[in-house]
Amino acid sequence: MEFASNITIAAIFQQVLVGLSRTTILFIVASGLSLVLGVLRIPNVAHGSLYMIGAFLAYTIATLFGGGTAGFWLALIIAPLGVALISFIAERGLFCHLYEREHLMLLLFTFSFTLVFGDLVKLVWGSDYRSLSAPVFMQGSFSIFDLPFPRYNLFLLVIGPLVALGLWFLTNKTKIGKIARAAAVDREMVGAVGINVSRVFAAVFVIGCFLAGLGGALVAPTQNITQGMDHAIIIEAFLIVIIGGLGNMWGALLGALIFGLTDSMGILLWPQFAIVFPYIAVIIVLLFRPKGLLKSTW
Amino acid sequence: MFSGLTNRRTLGFCIVFFILLLFLPLFLPRFYIYLLALIFVTGLLATSLNLVLGFGGMYQFHHAVFYGVGAYAFALFSKKTGLSPWLGYILAPAIAALVGMVMGLITVRLSKLYFGMLQLSLGSLVWAIVFRWYSFTGGDDGIHGISVPDMISSTTGSYYFTLIVTTVCLILMYMIVNSPFGRTFQGIRDNPERTEAVGVDVKRHQLAGLVIASAFAGVAGSLFATVEECAFPDLLFWTLSLELIIMCLLGGWFIFMGPMLGSAIIVILRTFVGIYTEYWTLILGIVLMLLILFLPEGVLGYFQEKFSKSKNAALVEN
Repeated sequence: MEFASNITIAAIFQQVLVGLSRTTILFIVASGLSLVLGVLRIPNVAHGSLYMIGAFLAYTIATLFGGGTAGFWLALIIAPLGVALISFIAERGLFCHLYEREHLMLLLFTFSFTLVFGDLVKLVWGSDYRSLSAPVFMQGSFSIFDLPFPRYNLFLLVIGPLVALGLWFLTNKTKIGKIARAAAVDREMVGAVGINVSRVFAAVFVIGCFLAGLGGALVAPTQNITQGMDHAIIIEAFLIVIIGGLGNMWGALLGALIFGLTDSMGILLWPQFAIVFPYIAVIIVLLFRPKGLLKSTW
Repeated sequence: MFSGLTNRRTLGFCIVFFILLLFLPLFLPRFYIYLLALIFVTGLLATSLNLVLGFGGMYQFHHAVFYGVGAYAFALFSKKTGLSPWLGYILAPAIAALVGMVMGLITVRLSKLYFGMLQLSLGSLVWAIVFRWYSFTGGDDGIHGISVPDMISSTTGSYYFTLIVTTVCLILMYMIVNSPFGRTFQGIRDNPERTEAVGVDVKRHQLAGLVIASAFAGVAGSLFATVEECAFPDLLFWTLSLELIIMCLLGGWFIFMGPMLGSAIIVILRTFVGIYTEYWTLILGIVLMLLILFLPEGVLGYFQEKFSKSKNAALVEN
């Protein structure tokens, strides 16, 4: 076992950057989940499926537009919107009738969507691997301390803070964000002052799912787009939301940082068991802070 | 709630049903015998989950872990040691119970969704270890060609073995549910604060419930390894755990035999729908959706309610 044999300062720095770009994806997906969980109280297992659909849609759109730079940007915009549309239909058609059910039922209901979406993706895209290439100017890598670092990951490092800023603006500076935060604390009171809570919920749900689609579209150039990527991400996203504090946007960021960095450091320390490290970090956090690191909206 | 099962007619029905099952291998083709054995295993697993989920009200989101641990414990024992495989049937539940206790010690401090999520994360950790530890567990290939005692290695032999073990386990679990411990457990489900107030150590009861449930799941795991003669990481994957919850929900989780019925329906559906289409999970998803929308009490719960309503109506008329 090649335990801790190749650790240098440069390698650590490189892995930190890799971990941070992983954090970006995790944060975007987890923040959407956290938003839905915090405001609507729905533990949306289908969030991972929407992420997968986002990736597949991005592939299709980019291919449709010739696979060039323009195709990539269009995919990045249209794929999350497509996912948002799907979630809008699901919310207005089914979820809005079930808000009063207990969490376990909601969780199972969204799981039924996971099952259906999983097979629909197989039906539409088949079970082959797909891959999407980044625009030419983001391909390749440059070297940091003589170690290669993909250009596309740098792009992710820029996008992450932008999304965080956008979400902060949305929840703190806009009317819908303020109503949503109020509804997260006391939905009956918000309804009592004459606000259509159902419509606010629909908007929040769609925004949350948009983020899942965005995460999927962003991750597409970095890995194979396959069946089963929904199952992997959703557990990670849930754990991030839990350790960050349910419904807390900054908690999602913190959780994603912990998850992304322990994962990339794990690859450096003990590649075979790298996926074990984030889980151990989660357990340690929850042992000391059972309700998450930051304040939950629950 | 259990009057329906304790009365003489139901008991008689169960005995007749058991005898029928004993004679089935004489008539049925091999495939159906194998399918029935699989139903027993899955049903035992779902019933063990229901001990904590339905009767304890605990959000056990990752029960499949103990199933997988049981299967792997049995498989590794028979592969790596030269000892009699029979010992594996004792070892499997013991290891599963041990894992259940370690996880439980960490998780029982939390409740509801937080408890479930921590179970899920600890379970995923176990899965990740099994999935990655190639040298010991075989990684994603799993373990094949497990040696099973000769007596029960044939399809019919493993059928009888699973039938008998499942029956014994069901009786044991039924006794546990109706014991003072089981009653307290249900009290905790219905009102944890009040149960605590009358002097019950809620957390300790919940921990004990978790350990018992994991032990029975371990038995189911060893039975699975007997029937299929293999073990693989998917047995510990979280999607199976949620499928188990579907089985409990489908049959009705406030009724002892509900999960058994639910798993029979799911296993049969999966087998026969799987012949016609590869999109089995699509069907399962739609079934689950309809179930939550229209039958939240489960199939058995629905009929019990209907039955008792018509009985009440008859009483009123008289």
